[in-house]
This record gives sequence, C-alpha cells and structure tokens, in this order.
Amino acid sequence: MTIPTELLSKIDDVITHYPVSKRSAVLPLLHLLQHHFGYITDEGITWVAAKLELEPMQVMEVVTFYPGFRQAAPGKFHIRVCRTLSCAMAGSFELMDNLCQLTGIDRSHTDHHHSIAVSPDGKFSIEFAECLASCGTAPVCMFNDDFFEGVSADKAKALVADYGSK
Amino acid sequence: MSNAATAPAIAAPVDLVNVQVNGTWMKFPKGMRMIEALRQVQVEVPHYCYHPKLSSPGNCRMCLVETGMPARPALGQAEVEKDEHGFAKIMWSPRAIIACANTVSEGLGIRTESTLTKEVRKGVMEFLLINHPLDCPICDQAGECRLQEFSVEHGRGESRFQEEKVKKPKNNRIGPRITLDDERCIMCSRCVRFMDEIADEPVLGFTERGSHTVLTVHPGRQLTSNYSLNTADICPVGALTSTDFRFSMRVWFLKETNTICTGCARGCNMEIGSRNDIIHRQGPRDNNNVNSSWMCDSGRLDFHWVNSERRMTEPTVKENGTHRAAPWKEALEAAATGLRGLQPSQIAIIASGRMTNEELFLARRLAAVLNIGAENTDILPRTGQADNYLVHADRNPNTKGAMLLLTPTPGQQLAGIRERVQSGQVRAVIALRENLLNAGFTADDLGKLAHLVQTHVMLNDTAGFANVALPSAAYAEKRGSMVNATGRLQRLNAATAPPGQARDDWEILRDLTLAISGQNGLYSIEDVFKAMAAEVPEFSGLTLNAISDQGIPFLETKETVPLLVREAERKAKGIIVG
Ligand code: SF4
Ligand code: SF4
Ligand code: FES
Ligand code: FES
Repeated sequence: MTIPTELLSKIDDVITHYPVSKRSAVLPLLHLLQHHFGYITDEGITWVAAKLELEPMQVMEVVTFYPGFRQAAPGKFHIRVCRTLSCAMAGSFELMDNLCQLTGIDRSHTDHHHSIAVSPDGKFSIEFAECLASCGTAPVCMFNDDFFEGVSADKAKALVADYGSK
Repeated sequence: MSNAATAPAIAAPVDLVNVQVNGTWMKFPKGMRMIEALRQVQVEVPHYCYHPKLSSPGNCRMCLVETGMPARPALGQAEVEKDEHGFAKIMWSPRAIIACANTVSEGLGIRTESTLTKEVRKGVMEFLLINHPLDCPICDQAGECRLQEFSVEHGRGESRFQEEKVKKPKNNRIGPRITLDDERCIMCSRCVRFMDEIADEPVLGFTERGSHTVLTVHPGRQLTSNYSLNTADICPVGALTSTDFRFSMRVWFLKETNTICTGCARGCNMEIGSRNDIIHRQGPRDNNNVNSSWMCDSGRLDFHWVNSERRMTEPTVKENGTHRAAPWKEALEAAATGLRGLQPSQIAIIASGRMTNEELFLARRLAAVLNIGAENTDILPRTGQADNYLVHADRNPNTKGAMLLLTPTPGQQLAGIRERVQSGQVRAVIALRENLLNAGFTADDLGKLAHLVQTHVMLNDTAGFANVALPSAAYAEKRGSMVNATGRLQRLNAATAPPGQARDDWEILRDLTLAISGQNGLYSIEDVFKAMAAEVPEFSGLTLNAISDQGIPFLETKETVPLLVREAERKAKGIIVG
C-alpha cells in the first residue's frame, strides 16, 4: 500500500487535531483512507495502527463496528439504498431489486458480514443503508456522494443509464 | 443483614453519609460505589462487567438496582416529610440505575429485593441468554459460572426466544495458553480492559456490533502476554478458558488450598485446585500487598512436574558404586555415618532459596551440630529477567529468608566451596534441594567427594553421584513460611501429599540432625516455627498460624511492586476501586 504524499500530509495534519490522544484520530484517518482507496484493507488497518501507535485490534474494532467502512472493493459507483421504515414502506426493497437488475448485480451471496455486491463489470456496487435522513421523500438512495429522493422505477433506470455512461 | 451499628469501622476520618438499604438506615463513606457499599453489608449485587481492579464501563447492566433520592421541599413548602428515623422521605425512581458506577450519597435509598429490581434483573438475564448456548452441562465453566449462578437466582427458567441464535466461533486458540469459545461471551469487556489497563498489551477487542459482536484478536496478533491466563480467571462465563485446564476436571471436585507461588521472589498468593493428590490447576488469590488479583502464566502453569513420573519416590544408598533403595532409617544412618568421621572444615552445606524458613532454620541447626563454618555454607542464587509487573529478577522464592537464617551473602561462598572440593579440603557435601551440576560443580568435582548427601524432588543427574539420595516434598506438599522480595512473611500450605516414600523436608532435616547428634523435640512444623521464634529475634512472638492467608509485613526492604504502584495511581484517580 503506497500512500501518496498529498494524502500523507492530510493524515499528518489530522493527527495534530487530537493532541490529548492519538487514538481519537482513528475515525478521521479511516475516512481519509476509504475516500482515497475506496475501501479499507487489512494492510490499511495495520498501517493506521502503526501510525497511531495502537494495536491493530483497536483499529479493527472501529472498522467492523461502522457499516460505513467497507472492507471490500466497491464498484466505481457505490449505491446505497435506504431500508429503514419510511423507505421500506415506500418500496425500497423493490428499488433494490430494480437497481440490481439494471446493473446486473447478484446480491445472493451477501450477508451480515459481506454486505456489498459488485456488478460483473465493476462499474456499480450496492448495499442497503439505514435511514439517510430524508424519510419524507422516500424511497431514497445515493450514488457515491450524490443523493436522490423519491426514486421511482423510471428514475432508477435513468440514474443507472446516466452513471453508466460516466 | 447488619445495620449501621455493625457496619465496618472506618480507619481514617471520612465523611459518612446515611443510606437506606432495603429499609434499614446505614452509614457509608461518601463517594463509595453502591456495589461496594452493599458488599460491605453482605448484600450481593449480581454483576459481570464490574471488577474492582478495572475501570467501570457499566456495560452489562446486571447490577441495576432500584434507588430513590431524598425529597426536597416543594415551592412554598418549609419542610419535607420525614420518616420515623428523621430522614427525608425517599422519592423512589421508576428507573433502576447501575450500582457499579454510581456512588452513595446522603439520604439515598437502595432496594435490592424490590419488584422493580427483580424485574430488571430478569430482563437483563433474558437478553444475555438470547445468543448464549443453553448447554451448561457440557460447558467447562459450569460450577463457577456467574451467568449460570445469576440465571438460577434472577433468570426466568425458560427461554422465550424463538429466533435463530447468532452462531459464533468456537474452540479458537487465540494465544499459546488461551482457548476462546466466542458463543459464550457476554461482552462484559473485562478481558479487553485487563489486557489494556493491566497488561499493557491491548490485543483483545470486539469486532462487529450488537448481537454479532465477537471478542477476538487481530488475525496478525496473538494473546501471548505472560499474564494471559488472568483473562480466563476474570471472564465471568466459559468464553475464555485455560487451554491447559479446560475439560480436564469438573471444578466442583477440586479441593482448594491457599498457598503461595514459589516461582520467584514475588510470592504471588495462589490457590491450588487438586483432587486425590493430583494438582489440576493453580490461580491467583487476592492480596493487595503482593499480587493484587493476578499472577504470571509461567508461575501458574509450573506445576505439572509435581504430578510427574520423574519424581523421586524412595531413598537410595550407594553401595559399591551402585544405588539401591533403602528404608528411611537406614538411609539416614548411612548419611550420618559418612559425616561422622570428618572434621567440621571438611563438610559443606549447600542449601536452597527454594526452602522454607523452617527448613532453612533446620539446615542452620544441622550446620551448627556439625560445626560447619560460614565459608562452607551457601545457597544457589537463581536470577532471571524481571518484568515491569510482578515477575521478580530473583527466581528464588525465599532468598530473604535464607539471608536471615543461613547465609547473609547468598552465592558468595559457592566458588570457594568448589575450590576446596577440588583441592580435597572439603570431603563431604550436604546438598539440599539443589542440583550441584547447576551450581557450578562438574562431574569431576563431585567424583572427588568422599560423601555426598542429597535431598531431591526430581530424579536428576546428581543423584548418580550421591552416596545417599533422599526424596523430598514439592512446594505444594508442605506447610511453612517464606519471606518475599518486599519482606512480607507468607505461608505455604499443603495441597497434596508427597509421592511414594518422599517426605517433607523439615522431617528429613530433623531426622538427619537426630541421627548425627541425638537432638530432638520437634514433632510438628509448628514446633519448628516455635523453635525458630525462640532463637531468631525477627520471628519472636510469631506463630505459623498468625501469618494467616494474607501474610504479614516482616522485613523492611524498601522495594515496591511495579504493578501495585500503577494500581495505586489508578485508585487515587478514582478510575478503579482497588
Ligand atoms: S470473553 Fe469473557 S471476559 Fe471477555 S468480554 Fe467475553 S465474557 Fe467478558
Ligand atoms: S510473578 Fe513470580 S511468584 Fe508471581 S506467579 Fe509469577 S513466578 Fe509466581
Ligand atoms: S427511512 Fe429512508 S431516509 Fe429515513
Ligand atoms: S456490573 Fe456491569 S453495569 Fe454494573
């Protein structure tokens, strides 16, 4: 794993924000790594631990606790479909099926520990997320950091076509 | 239950507060944790995550109790309602709070027997058992499991859980000495905190969340600490187990004996679990002046040799170059005969820092009877690496006792004795509990001796050189006292009997002295202690009984225990109860 200089200087800067305990920098560092690499590898865990003078376990705890941290490579566009109450009632499970069909993703092998499924071409990946804080406009989903509300079947089709061409 | 009048006296002047416990008003020091206050008056609060030597995360919720605060005057009201003892009426809270992390305060009320307390305990137990296997009969912890005990007392008897239990890893070797059954873990985090706060190797942690939470090590790391087995002790359930002990013996069959570890000069207080003269396990006993609640793995596991086949079980005498078994009387007579014709300067005595005070005292008597000079008396020093916790660089458990009773400068005479053996000046050596080949002597040196008397626990290679070899008792087979590195006088107790004809060392020494001089008058180990107390001023006024299971301060050594120093700091900061 090579950390580009720019990322490294960001990391070094973030650490200085936690003068009392370096351990507090675990979360921001993991976010930086995930943002750069798309997911967090085992190597990434040991790297962060060494950087902050922690046991790798202390970093692994955080990575596995938050579903927001991915331990497997996502597609170029990572889709998150809300499945909490309002969205579930407004059809987010159908939306999930729909998006899978449109992107050719097979979710049958996902489980609690491996929640991400990737399309064969590597362009898309998908997972369920909990409430994305827009319950009034359910069902909602995200493509990477872009947020979409009231995602009907037609809208889903348009989104996949749009991102697919990027 | 005791009341205010019988609550333990408090040494230093402390602010006391009035607290009502199950209807009775009592006094406790201000700021004391509720759980400790209740313990003090024999009211047990079930708990998992709380441990007095560790920080209190308050995560298991097992210690919930109903509490109430004193009423305060309402607006326009001058006085609050008082009970018949004059204390303000207690306003009971509808929500229970945890007793482990909350402290007592003036006018507080606690109910541990109320419907609310019982209901919350039942609720917590039900959640804890949701993903826990319900198979106590095949679990190694059964009989000493807090989950089992509290479930019987506070649980509901049958499970209402219809769903699939989450399956977790079993039989996971997470370190050289620890096996983990994750499905039994109740996530109390005691082990995690122990490794972080006490052992400074935070290799244990939780992955995932909620009912999927798993206690584990990082795949690239292992629980290798020399203190790892303490995690199995404090694990309230059968999740962390000692690989050495697990499934070898049902715990209710074990006889427990309070004694001390003789692995180094720390003298950690320990308990031996034995059955039918076989030791099955050893573990730490609380002593806040010695080892807190912990002990090292090496000391704890160093007992298998006691049970082993390599123990020496009968006295032997060398005749015409070959050894034969002999009855005790004959062997002792042979030992004495070989010494009789010699001048005092021709005899040396090499004793051991592994001997008890009583044995060393008798060795000193033997030396006096034979007139052996200080230059021909010594013990074999044994040193190793100290750690920053409990393990001491001095690997003899009783160097301090030997310095007091036998030789003020341990190890200083050995080289001289060896020279005199080589030059023929010393013709006989009495070696007590030490293999002379480990004490700098060579086979050639030993060959030069006219007479070698040895006491042995194990059959070893010096036995071949001995004219008389006498089988003696291991640390677990004797009562007696030792002085640890900080100068504390501590007591050993016999858990098992010596194998075959092997005998307690003090009896061997007494009989050897008797065979040489006719001196007697010692019929029990207590007698030996009495004789020692009469002759050695430091022991005067003491008895073996007075030492008790916690030991007594005895010599001034100015040494501190690194682990205890850090615990005291944490206690002063209020992080732990201590
Ligand atoms: S393994 Fe035992 S001590 Fe560790 S968290 Fe689980 S139950 Fe607690
Ligand atoms: S520190 Fe010393 S006395 Fe304590 S358990 Fe280890 S070897 Fe035994
Ligand atoms: S439930 Fe989907 S955004 Fe809140
Ligand atoms: S003992 Fe666990 S919360 Fe109090």
